[in-house]
Amino acid sequence: MTNSTISSDVTSEIGSAAPGRSRSRSAQVMRRLLRDRIGMAGIILVLLLILMALLAPIISPDDPLATNLSAAFKPIGTSGHVLGTDLYGRDMLSRVIWGARPSLMIGFVATCLALGLGVSLGVVSGFYGGRVDTVIMRIVDVFLAFPYLLLAIVIVGALGPGLFHATLAVAITAIPFYVRLIRGMVLSFREEQFVEASRAVGASGFHLMRYAIFPNIVPYVIVAFSINVGYLILEAASLSFLGLGAQPPSPEWGAMLAENRNYLTIAPHTVLIPGIAIFLVIIGLNLFGDALRDAFDVRLRED
Amino acid sequence: MYLTWIIRRVVYLILVLWAVTIVVFLMMHLAPGDPAQAMLGPMASGPALASLRQELGLNEPIYIQYLHWLGHALRGNLGRSIRQQVPVSSLIFSQFKNTVILGSVSFVLAVIGGLALGFIAALKRGSLLDRIIIVIASSGIAIPSFFLGLVLAYIFGIKFRILPSNGMYALQGGGGFGDLLKHLALPAITLAVGPIAVVARMTRSSTLEVMGQDYVRTARAKGLHDHTVAMRHIFKNALIPIIHLLGLQAGILLSATALVEVVFSWPGIGALMVNSILTRDLPVTQGSVLLIAAVYAVISVVADFAHMMIDPRVHQT
Repeated sequence: MTNSTISSDVTSEIGSAAPGRSRSRSAQVMRRLLRDRIGMAGIILVLLLILMALLAPIISPDDPLATNLSAAFKPIGTSGHVLGTDLYGRDMLSRVIWGARPSLMIGFVATCLALGLGVSLGVVSGFYGGRVDTVIMRIVDVFLAFPYLLLAIVIVGALGPGLFHATLAVAITAIPFYVRLIRGMVLSFREEQFVEASRAVGASGFHLMRYAIFPNIVPYVIVAFSINVGYLILEAASLSFLGLGAQPPSPEWGAMLAENRNYLTIAPHTVLIPGIAIFLVIIGLNLFGDALRDAFDVRLRED
Repeated sequence: MYLTWIIRRVVYLILVLWAVTIVVFLMMHLAPGDPAQAMLGPMASGPALASLRQELGLNEPIYIQYLHWLGHALRGNLGRSIRQQVPVSSLIFSQFKNTVILGSVSFVLAVIGGLALGFIAALKRGSLLDRIIIVIASSGIAIPSFFLGLVLAYIFGIKFRILPSNGMYALQGGGGFGDLLKHLALPAITLAVGPIAVVARMTRSSTLEVMGQDYVRTARAKGLHDHTVAMRHIFKNALIPIIHLLGLQAGILLSATALVEVVFSWPGIGALMVNSILTRDLPVTQGSVLLIAAVYAVISVVADFAHMMIDPRVHQT
């Protein structure tokens, strides 16, 4: 009893002595991050879009679903409709504001799902090795045999179109990326001295994973997450554009593009506005992700 | 030495493809509801359902069904399209040809454009040109291809009427190589922009890394011409990590093409696959997914092989 408490205390102390956990490092990372102007511009852009999604009921001038056929295809700058209206006369500004909710949500939820499952599987696979590792990695190989978008399409094809199924599909496509990334790192950390030391004082497998190995993976996970969110938002918007994700009349940005693309000749602004919204969120996330990677000074395997 | 590598990879490729067939087969059975009902729609009558179930072998145990399906698939029989009443194999192969045309032209554009931009940016590091290329590359990665396609279609197809933005050939008086090229321009450029950006970024960072190497300094110190150093010492070595990326991009193009095909009504396999999902034409979905995944797997092996030929160090790992 007492023995195990002691050893766990020792483990966490040794764990905190490991490179990833020192306080000075996070301060240094913050300093570098704040100095990166382009990266800061990126995160401010993303935060503004998230704020827009959160405040949608307050800042949206109109009901995003309210149709008014007599006021269809009004151009940008029409009084009462700053960004014009779409084919059903719905207010484009309200739609793009409300659309931030499903469009961003699907990316963040999918990334969190993929991250949770991918990191756990990766840690287990790398830590235990042997048969567990073989089984997990062979399954990952099968998933990697499909290009991302194709895999997402296959899953939606089986489950049927819809926002929820698209979220699941997008999440599943990202899991192999995390498993491989994390497994590779665990394999290299496993041989490090601080892990050896923890093991020597009798730390259990879980303790080693939780207190010695996991903290060192955190920077990589943060960077991978920030870069991955953008990709998954794009993938989800692609599915919706193909009619496989969010369904009309949802103002999800990809679905908006799909709905309006046949009216490009009469009302190009109905395509331009949701398209720019997707572009802004992704470029914001990419710029911030690059800044994070430089600040943490970590390199991810590109494959 | 290479031979054992090739044999190992081919065996592995076959195993992966086998797993892919299981996934594709299960697609049909994981789909909620009765596959026969899904195929015939909610209005189908009892006898029609029963006969289709019989035809599909749905009354057999699942592994028997799989073996049946696999046996047929291996002999090129992927069933019949429910909507179009033609054999799936002839449908997907004719559409696949069009995707190959679009994809390979885009790939060539991506390789030339990406390498040139990345290399120039690295050689002129810190200059205005470098910064412009970085901005272009960052935007190129962030812009959704379907959005870019619609923007290009609007500018060149609708506003200025310079290029067609629909289909593969003109409906009237069309046909011929010139007509194909004109129709190819917008979709090929749209599809190439993402890979150009990715390749340019990688080329730039890889070139900068090589430029800092000792052997480059030695080459300069020997008094070699700047041009010779750039081409023979820097570019050649900077290419090594990019080869692998190119293989990856070729595979990604294969599925990203679906979006561009839908935007420009290009009669390719991606558009066919998406359409088959929307109309619940399962045999067509299965056939096209199988074909795309198979080609993707072959491309990755070829890319790995090319990588190994260029950089023998890879072989040791």
